[in-house]
Amino acid sequence: MSKTSLSSPDRNWWRAPIGLDEIVWISIAFIWGIFMTFMMVYWYYAGDQNQVGESYRITPDAFAAKMETMIEKYQVGEEFDTPVVAVPEGGDIYFGAQQFSFPVIPKLKVGKTYRFHLSSLDVNHGFSIQPINVNLQLVPGYDYILKLTPNSTGDFHVVCNEFCGIGHHEMLGKIIVTD
Amino acid sequence: MSNASDFRTCPDTGLKVHKPAEALIKANAVVAVVFLLVGGLMGLLVALTRMPAIHLLPADLFYLALTAHGADILVVWIIFFEIAILYFVSAVLLQCRLATPKLAWVAFFLMLIGAALANYAVLIGEATVMFTSYVPLKAHPFFYLGLILFAVGALIGCFIFLATLVIAKDEKTYEGSLNLVTFGGLIACIIAIFTIATGAVILIPTWLWSMDIIGDIDAELYRLIWWGFGHSSQQINVSAQIAVWYAIGALVFGAKPLSEKVSRTAFLLYLFALQLGSAHHLLSDPATSFAWRAVNTSYAMYLAVLGSMIHALTVPGAIEAAQRRKGLTNGLFEWLRKAPWSNPVFSGMFLSLVLFGFLGGTTGVTMSVQQINMIIHNTIFVPGHFHGTVAVGTTLAFMALTYWLLPVLWRRELFMPKAAQWSTWLFGIGMGGLAIFHMAAGHLGVARRHWDMTFADAAMQFGYSDTVHLFMAIAGVFALIGSVGALFYILVAVGTILMGKKRPDTAPATTSEESVEAATTYGSAVPEHGKGWECPGSMVLVLVFMVFLVVYYFANWKYLSTVWGVS
Repeated sequence: MSKTSLSSPDRNWWRAPIGLDEIVWISIAFIWGIFMTFMMVYWYYAGDQNQVGESYRITPDAFAAKMETMIEKYQVGEEFDTPVVAVPEGGDIYFGAQQFSFPVIPKLKVGKTYRFHLSSLDVNHGFSIQPINVNLQLVPGYDYILKLTPNSTGDFHVVCNEFCGIGHHEMLGKIIVTD
Repeated sequence: MSNASDFRTCPDTGLKVHKPAEALIKANAVVAVVFLLVGGLMGLLVALTRMPAIHLLPADLFYLALTAHGADILVVWIIFFEIAILYFVSAVLLQCRLATPKLAWVAFFLMLIGAALANYAVLIGEATVMFTSYVPLKAHPFFYLGLILFAVGALIGCFIFLATLVIAKDEKTYEGSLNLVTFGGLIACIIAIFTIATGAVILIPTWLWSMDIIGDIDAELYRLIWWGFGHSSQQINVSAQIAVWYAIGALVFGAKPLSEKVSRTAFLLYLFALQLGSAHHLLSDPATSFAWRAVNTSYAMYLAVLGSMIHALTVPGAIEAAQRRKGLTNGLFEWLRKAPWSNPVFSGMFLSLVLFGFLGGTTGVTMSVQQINMIIHNTIFVPGHFHGTVAVGTTLAFMALTYWLLPVLWRRELFMPKAAQWSTWLFGIGMGGLAIFHMAAGHLGVARRHWDMTFADAAMQFGYSDTVHLFMAIAGVFALIGSVGALFYILVAVGTILMGKKRPDTAPATTSEESVEAATTYGSAVPEHGKGWECPGSMVLVLVFMVFLVVYYFANWKYLSTVWGVS
């Protein structure tokens, strides 16, 4: 039987020359990999979309208390049994989901920046802003702080896109962005 | 110890086959196919529920079926088949006895009992937590115990593979270095040991927690370690499937690696970098720094991606070089046009290679970019991506190999060979189409693991665009096409084993021997290795792939730049 990929290679296989095809392709692929690495670093410093943010540990009870305080202070209305809160620009919005609802409807101004505190009071949930399509994970025990800056006005919906139990598909929230 | 009566000589390949090893290969492969049937059926139910016009199952059964589909396909089908592959590439390819066949049967039954136990917990409705079972969602203890038993069995299988390599070396059944395919199996095995150990690290405490023996488990830590198991187990698949690609190149065309050094280094890159992939699932999570995310998600500057891109050239390149040695030297693609497209062993392998690269590879590289991840995280883009890897890549490659193994190991003609021919195309096109339309719907925001995208039960009203409904309907049609392909595969496999026509024990000579003759006749028409272009057609294919990847990659950056500011 002649040599195939199923037979042991010649003794000196490590010293056999590498073909031109392989050298050219490996070079292209390697340079592309380096480029993609630096593209990520570049966007971290220069881009407007970076979801690393800040994170702290927090108990669900402590988070729920902060959420209560925020609602008391900034509630401006109610829709679908959910408080609508208008936190001033740069303020802290506590957003702790639980089975099977989102806690508040934030009312934001376009072009202004808000500190969203994302968390869960029970199991993992998803925070998917539609139709913008920004998707983040809500993890119990963590206060995940991201500064969000809406660039368009209208009513946006929040979909839970992490399976959280049989009522998962009933979870729907809202964010209002005005001029 | 073994004696001569434990071996038979294979009339097709001339290989000396250890009978106890052969029995184990058959048993593991058969059970794998049974679980492909169970898991595939669950997948079909899921797909029909996500088709807006049909919406088949009620919510609780949908989530149950989705949990079973994930566990049975991603773990049970694939790992049973991989154990069969590991025994094949060690005992059969190295022509030695398998180490401790009795223990291998213990491993087999542990895996079988584990799989049955986990399925039982899911099917009684006590483990509807998805395959990922993120804490603090809690499943029945049998679910975790089943996975643990399965993992222990698989781990024993891995060590039997390693022990068999030691026996082969010790008994000098081969000379020099391992062949490339067994080497690929070895890489898969080492990754598997890491993967299974990681699974134990997280599943054992979770099992204890499910019985209230220990307290809370940190939800983010769980995600980190679980994905060390969940993502890395897909890296076993990549290594195993690429070993299968090389094997089929050798079996059908008599192909040998362009350069042993390059192909083996590409496998080694997997070993060094793939375990970092756990981070892909934590990019839109709290708790980790940018540096951690960037290093891990890129597999340390895309080293594992480099490995895959190397194989993308060298797998078809080895076939092209073999075909050119046979005289198929006209133009760039005569070697490919005149390939045996009606042979499911080849068509399955080549479709697997092309679809895995274009659908699974390009999207995997793009979605794992730290920032781009947030526009696809937990959307149905993700299942789209992994049907582009695990379904059209791994599963299709294993189907192709099965069509070679069936006549050789069972000594029977393929049952319904036409169905076998159709199956690879139907499954490849079906699952490939499903992957594309899921990814398209994901780019438009559709959530994964979601029963009702019309949100009929929610207090508020929200609906995705009509385009999305159309995409999900088309995805469902492709799921049906793929299911027919999978069903043909299962029918052919079971039919061949039970009622295939017996083959004589003196079969005609194999294609690889013909290729020896061809190579000596036409050999001079091809440049010697290391001088000039050996595989210009494959080079063109990978360059087209590169252009596609670059365009897709930048289109995603463009999309990301238009969403809300996040910092």
